[in-house]
Amino acid sequence: MSFLFFVVRRLALLVPTLFGVSVIGFLLTCLLPGNPALVKAGPMATPQYVAEMKHKMGLDQPLHVQYGRYVTGLLHGDLGESSSTGRPVLTDFMQRLPATLELTVASLLLALLLGIPMGVLCAIHRDTVIDHFGRVFSVAGVAMPSFWTGLILIYVFFYLLDIAPAPLGRLAPGISPPVTITGLYTVDSLVGGDWHALESSLAHLALPSLTLAISVMAPLARIVRAGMLEILETDYIKAAWAFGLPRGLVIYGDALGNAIIPMITALGVVFGFLMAGNAVIESVFGWPGIGNYAVKALILKDSAPIQSFVLFVALVCILVNLLVDLLYGLADPRVRTG
Amino acid sequence: MTLEIARAAYADSPAAPDTAFVSLRRRLLRNKLSLVALCAIVLLVFIAVLAPWITPLDPNEPDANAVLQQPSRAHLLGTDVYGRDELSRIIFAARVDLLVAFVSTFLALLIGSLIGAISGFRGGWLDQIVMRIVDAVMAFPPFVLAMGLTAAIGSSITNLILVIAVTQIPVYLRQIRAEILRERELEYAQAAQTVGNPTWRIVFIHLVPNCLAPLIVQATLAMGFALLTLAALSYIGLGVQPPDPEWGEMVSEGASLMVTGHWWLSLFPGIAILVTVLIFNLVGDGLRDLLDPRMRGR
Repeated sequence: MSFLFFVVRRLALLVPTLFGVSVIGFLLTCLLPGNPALVKAGPMATPQYVAEMKHKMGLDQPLHVQYGRYVTGLLHGDLGESSSTGRPVLTDFMQRLPATLELTVASLLLALLLGIPMGVLCAIHRDTVIDHFGRVFSVAGVAMPSFWTGLILIYVFFYLLDIAPAPLGRLAPGISPPVTITGLYTVDSLVGGDWHALESSLAHLALPSLTLAISVMAPLARIVRAGMLEILETDYIKAAWAFGLPRGLVIYGDALGNAIIPMITALGVVFGFLMAGNAVIESVFGWPGIGNYAVKALILKDSAPIQSFVLFVALVCILVNLLVDLLYGLADPRVRTG
Repeated sequence: MTLEIARAAYADSPAAPDTAFVSLRRRLLRNKLSLVALCAIVLLVFIAVLAPWITPLDPNEPDANAVLQQPSRAHLLGTDVYGRDELSRIIFAARVDLLVAFVSTFLALLIGSLIGAISGFRGGWLDQIVMRIVDAVMAFPPFVLAMGLTAAIGSSITNLILVIAVTQIPVYLRQIRAEILRERELEYAQAAQTVGNPTWRIVFIHLVPNCLAPLIVQATLAMGFALLTLAALSYIGLGVQPPDPEWGEMVSEGASLMVTGHWWLSLFPGIAILVTVLIFNLVGDGLRDLLDPRMRGR
């Protein structure tokens, strides 16, 4: 089957999923407390004015009409208005998205950087102390509540050792953010040569990204370990050993490439986990991203940011899963027929 | 002599098939760690049930003379800002944490396998619709969906159980559907159909019991996940509401005091979560070894 056909079929599968997700998103807007008309009309409004507002916003229409309006709004980037900030949710989102993106990417990189070598080490030193340690770590890693891990890291590195900055935001107070290019402080300060901002932003990024990385590292390491063990038994690796190729070249050159293919499929799930973890971890570290924004909205019973966050995360995950599937189809032609 | 030959001849042949129970017990013993974990679950349930009788102090009783005390002989795990005894609160919290984990998982398993079995067996448009709904629900990361739903319907214990169950249903539904699709092609299923059994009987008496093993493994592992979800919801203020003790809620109460060095407030309830989830996972791993030979040694 050609790759093009595979892509087309995979894209067609998106249609029902997107429809379903939008229905769930719509149901959430109906169920969430805080009647939008009441909110918009204000606390001092007369019943007539509220009814007028309701009519104006289309809330007296039948459900399918309301759904149509909802989807049309979404397609125009209308996510509703936040009653706590008084601004369109999309504007608030755009302002906070770079922070979330920075944290997510940093933790994903960290998880891969730590998880892959760990899996490889455990596979090479199978059933030794290293492997046992790896196993204990992966069992404990998935059992730790991430917000708790974050707090422990704060206690150790901020309170006891005093080497981490206070868990409040992305930069130390008094340091102005670098000139905006991408919105990622680390990248912007690096590009702009603003070393103070770079140092501060890296220091602030370290603990939250490590916390998130720990929560997803264990499954990644396990997958790499299992894949590695399988590959190391194959004939072509045995042949490579027999030829007397250097150890590092066989393991990292020949074996690892094939061993991490199964990991690609796991990345979709891992990404979903990171996005979900963002909501909690951002509030632990006072990180000004969209997760923190949604959690703050929860407390204020501000429904638009909550439902937008849920919908947004689902859309991002659908997109990432699509990319993962396409990548996988590209890496392993056998998948395309499946 | 003849006896010895006979004994030697039979030595390699498989022993008489054990009854399910004997075989289960033998394999459980082999996996000692899981057995220990299983005992730990029983112990935890006992502690939760007996909470009012074994806690040293009332979990919600403030004590103005014992505010924010470090762990000591009087308060083994210290006290919080209101002077409440942390140990008593952790023990009482086990009740709601275990209840939600058990009931939500059971509910998800029940509903998921019911719908999944019917959908998989019937096939056709019904199956198509069910699977598209499942796809849509699974597009949301479970915790994010739980967050949205809890915000929508409110955070009573019943609602929390329902919400966590809803996020888990698709997992079982998909799994049992796949099992049913494979199982219904087997001869015994065809035979049951040929002799004229009604559909519900084929599905629920003949097929489902043969599909349950992997689901039970999944359910055991999912209990840990349910507990983590509940704790995280409570941490962000959506789950169990103060002053009722819940492990995630307790970690949350201690969070702001972590930076001032009051480590015991968040540390201990977090360890309670960690250990309980660990126990569920160990039992799940053990059960997987036991019930699903394909996954052995993974």
